[in-house]
Amino acid sequence: MSGGAGNPILYLDGVSVVFDGFKALNDLSLIVEAGELRAIIGPNGAGKTTMMDVITGKTRPTAGTVRFREHDLTRLDEAAIATLGIGRKFQKPTMFDALTAFENLELACKAPRGPLACLRWVLSPATRRRIEGVAEEIGLTSRLGDRAGVLSHGQRQWLEIGMLLMQDPELLLVDEPVAGMTDQETEHTADLLRRIAGERSVVVVEHDLEFVRALGCKVTVLCEGAMLSEGSIDHVQNDPRVIEVYLGR
Amino acid sequence: MTPAETPAPERGTARLALRLLLMAAILILAMLPVLNQLPVDSALHVSDFIVSIGGKWITYAVLALAIDLAWGYAGILSLGHGAFFALGGYAMGMHLMRLIGTRGVYGHPVLPDFMVFLGYKELPWYWLGFEYFPYAMLMAMVVPGLLALIIGFLAFRSRITGVYLSIITQAMTYALMLAFFRNDMGFGGNNGFTDFKELLGMPLQTANARAVLYYASLALLLVSLLLCWRIAASKLGRVLVAIRDAESRVRFLGYDVTQHKLFVFVLSAMIAGLAGALYVPQVGIINPGEFSPGNSIEAVIWVAVGGRGSLIGAILGAFSVNALKTWLTTVAPDLWLFALGGLFVAVTLFLPRGLIGLFSREKRA
Repeated sequence: MSGGAGNPILYLDGVSVVFDGFKALNDLSLIVEAGELRAIIGPNGAGKTTMMDVITGKTRPTAGTVRFREHDLTRLDEAAIATLGIGRKFQKPTMFDALTAFENLELACKAPRGPLACLRWVLSPATRRRIEGVAEEIGLTSRLGDRAGVLSHGQRQWLEIGMLLMQDPELLLVDEPVAGMTDQETEHTADLLRRIAGERSVVVVEHDLEFVRALGCKVTVLCEGAMLSEGSIDHVQNDPRVIEVYLGR
Repeated sequence: MTPAETPAPERGTARLALRLLLMAAILILAMLPVLNQLPVDSALHVSDFIVSIGGKWITYAVLALAIDLAWGYAGILSLGHGAFFALGGYAMGMHLMRLIGTRGVYGHPVLPDFMVFLGYKELPWYWLGFEYFPYAMLMAMVVPGLLALIIGFLAFRSRITGVYLSIITQAMTYALMLAFFRNDMGFGGNNGFTDFKELLGMPLQTANARAVLYYASLALLLVSLLLCWRIAASKLGRVLVAIRDAESRVRFLGYDVTQHKLFVFVLSAMIAGLAGALYVPQVGIINPGEFSPGNSIEAVIWVAVGGRGSLIGAILGAFSVNALKTWLTTVAPDLWLFALGGLFVAVTLFLPRGLIGLFSREKRA
């Protein structure tokens, strides 16, 4: 897969979302290249989660274009968008607590999704190896047989990233992956995301600027539903408009 | 081993105990009609009453299983499953009515008595074909399945879940009850169908017919149980549990939740329909009262008492609550509804995993 400039995978242009007169997104434009790792930061209410909702089909934009490769995402529902190759990790780790870590990864595994296909599904040795490979990558090999409900907060965050990897998406949307993590867990997570990017595009929404610095990627700053600044972490941290938004209130 | 020496129930031993109990229960259930044939003075003789009530409870157990598949696994709490049961019962009832023939009070060769009485000149079109047993059995599955497909499609597609779905299903069964009460529906109005004579050439009201219907019900229970087990053990079972616990997350994994819910809801309705079809010849009557919302709620309580999300639990619940009902409505009929309500509250508070939870400490789902 060729990364670099000139190969956009995600394309948002002039996207607005209005809830009862409140503009959650205001004429937002954003381009993410194939294989790129991108961090999105912004104060609370800047529209970060709404942007994720629009890309994954949870919220319909009031105006604007949202394209993933050649597909118009505004016409598709969540399941169809997920099948196209966009995976999402939620702000609050969301998985299936009654199922084991292994079963959570198995459900996420790219395979036919219909009821009859699921009824006939047989776990092949190759898939088992793949699940074990992902488990190793996210550091959960020893916890595969445990119910997701008993995992620690950090492990749940990684399990959810693991579920994204099992989906084998081209674009991963990761919402606040290190909220509530210890420093060591945060470091591990930054590592993990850097490794994942390259083969796929990864968009990370985060508050923690230290973590964003550790990611070492291009940063987009959102404010009041629109793009405020874009560039390296040093560039945006020295941008007077960003300083005003973050410190001036 | 005396109870005092029994070690604290571990998961394995409790499982084994459950499995042995289950096998013993199946054996006892299978033996009842045989024991019925023993001479009356024999110590092991089982009365006609026990056999006929046993057959009835087995069909209830199938209904409980159907509800548990939808509720315990996929989280679809239907408070209208009694409607699917009753529709299956009506399909069988129509077949039984057609078999009465000239033995009716009016002796009409084609029309059932109530139609002659109401001045019908010929069979309504939707009665055609019901003289054939396979067709009637097919309809006992297809009609409930079709209704579940329509209601389910409209509700699941609009993402109606939880209590709103329960209310819709409750309204569905209530509406059907009102409709079936009407004489001009062509289903016998408030009297429904009764006074059946025979089925598949067997005169009903004989020990032979009772035994055949009993074993047919037991076979249906076992087949439904195996089918539900197969689903629960497959990835589909895990998708359903996932839908129950975090529906929107399942969508973001790329699963079409509507399809999965429809599949299980329709299958559940079809199983309930077959249970109703076997229930009717054993009790000898079907009337619109079977659609009453209370029936559906009672069936949900069986599942809650036995253990939601456990297939064996649902069956256990159907038997134990009905045993309690039979006993209590004999000794203190006025207390039954209070007992039922109290039972539901008590189970919810003290036994959230139902009776089956007593056997397995750490069983999930």
